[in-house]
Amino acid sequence: MAAFKLPKYAAMLVMAVFTLYFLTPLWWLFVASGKKDGQVTEGSPLLPDHFALGANLADLFHYNDGIFLRWMANSIGYTVGAALLGTLLAGMCGYALAKYVFRGRELIFNIVLGGVLVPATALALPLFLMFSKVELANTFWSVFLPSLVNPFGVYLGRIYAAASVPDELLEAARIDGSGEVRTFFTLSTRLMAPAFVTIFLFHFVAVWNNFMLPLIMLGNERLFPVTLGLYSWNTQVNQHPELRALVLVGAFVSLVPMVIAFLSLQRFWRSGLGAGSIK
Amino acid sequence: MKRHASAILFFVTPFGVLFALFYLIPILYAVWQSLYTVKRTGTFGPATDVFGGLVQYREVFTNGPFWQSIERVFLFGIVQVPVMLGVALFLALLLDSGLVKGKGFFRLAFFLPYAVPGVVAAIMWGYLYSPNLSPFTAVTASADLLSPSFVLWAMANVVTWVYIGYNMLIIYSALLAVPTEIYEAAKIDGAGVFRTAWSIKIPMVLPAIVLTTVFSIIGTLQLLAEPQVFRSFSSAVSSTYTPNLTVLSTSAVPNFHLAAAFSVVLALATFILSFAFLKVTQRKGVQ
Repeated sequence: MAAFKLPKYAAMLVMAVFTLYFLTPLWWLFVASGKKDGQVTEGSPLLPDHFALGANLADLFHYNDGIFLRWMANSIGYTVGAALLGTLLAGMCGYALAKYVFRGRELIFNIVLGGVLVPATALALPLFLMFSKVELANTFWSVFLPSLVNPFGVYLGRIYAAASVPDELLEAARIDGSGEVRTFFTLSTRLMAPAFVTIFLFHFVAVWNNFMLPLIMLGNERLFPVTLGLYSWNTQVNQHPELRALVLVGAFVSLVPMVIAFLSLQRFWRSGLGAGSIK
Repeated sequence: MKRHASAILFFVTPFGVLFALFYLIPILYAVWQSLYTVKRTGTFGPATDVFGGLVQYREVFTNGPFWQSIERVFLFGIVQVPVMLGVALFLALLLDSGLVKGKGFFRLAFFLPYAVPGVVAAIMWGYLYSPNLSPFTAVTASADLLSPSFVLWAMANVVTWVYIGYNMLIIYSALLAVPTEIYEAAKIDGAGVFRTAWSIKIPMVLPAIVLTTVFSIIGTLQLLAEPQVFRSFSSAVSSTYTPNLTVLSTSAVPNFHLAAAFSVVLALATFILSFAFLKVTQRKGVQ
């Protein structure tokens, strides 16, 4: 019996070691951002002593007229807005590609699929030049509009629509006299709801993490997303040492919305990632 | 087929227009920009853009730092992608082996770093590596992880830390989709845990592994946030450390025409590499 249990212990040990690897840095970030007066190296590095997270948060939120909260709001605006609208558009396109036969269907699908392979960073520079031409660089729209496009969402949308919306049902809706667009919004979207959540999550992460586009596009720090804001603080740490503590507290706070989104929607991650690997 | 033409237009047009505006046209615009060059009359004369043909591409192909950066991300990818995907596959197989209790917890714990944006992950690890700030003084005292010889691998660790869980979940989801009858048959044939993993599970999830490899190749060639952040921590990271940093610093000069040519070459290289990998693996019988 003991020999039989050995692989189980070994497996659990491996899992425990990797859990430490993945979670220790995050725990350190939490502890460090709570250190009193920003003394990161004070006391124990992995135990919350000299703990004054509340005071540090107050410093963070008041620094430079509350610019950090503004960055958080910007990030949420760019991300939630672009992901909501982008998911609907990608879902509609994927749905049409799955459920209708029309000339150019495969061509459109292949071009969009090619778009998945185009590195987004290769687009940032030409987008900046184009937005400069129409004098829209360094505006909210210069980051928001390009963020709406999610070719991978079209790919996922097509797979899901093909799998979850039966043709017979659409045929029945037609016989009942429902128009195609109305059928989509009243019937198909309901069947595709888990798919929409998954596409939304992928899109949300992609926009939230996007760095090159805002870095190239934005000069006005009041328009920065939180990632770019933290980055700009971090580059100034040598001239302004007080920013070091704010960078760490800010980094910690910036993770909160994402972690909440992850924990509350985690079952959709699994189904979505599974579908992504079907092909 | 003319049926439902207006509905199809309604569904496809919004995405299509945005895709054209913010994907297709920028690519064409970059190609167009890369064919121009700046001419000045005299040293301080007004600058004008004139058609230069492939002048910028000659510059790209003779630009030493750019090719060194390509070499660097290539070295990075050759090591980091297999390590990351190997660990991800190993963890996914462990989760699926029936040996592990508390699967839900581990899945979440391993996936959590994916919620951390590249910039924030780089800042966090940058502090963990800094000799005077790190809680892991035993490590940072014996080896300067931010020195020229280590910093590339220090960054590889950041990328690996963020993406292992994500790739593990993709592979794990594929494992869950494998019909259980196959395992029954293997059991009857006397196959053990390792044998089943090697001969059945891995071949069954090969498409998922191919997909994660392609995404990882794209990600490696695009490395930007981590090296850009690490420039604040380590003088070993130059402004041309990765291809994308080269694009960024060239456009900051500003030399948009050359930067556009870099972008075009980089996009083409990414496209060809991912496409070639897909084709090669497909020929080998992976669906």
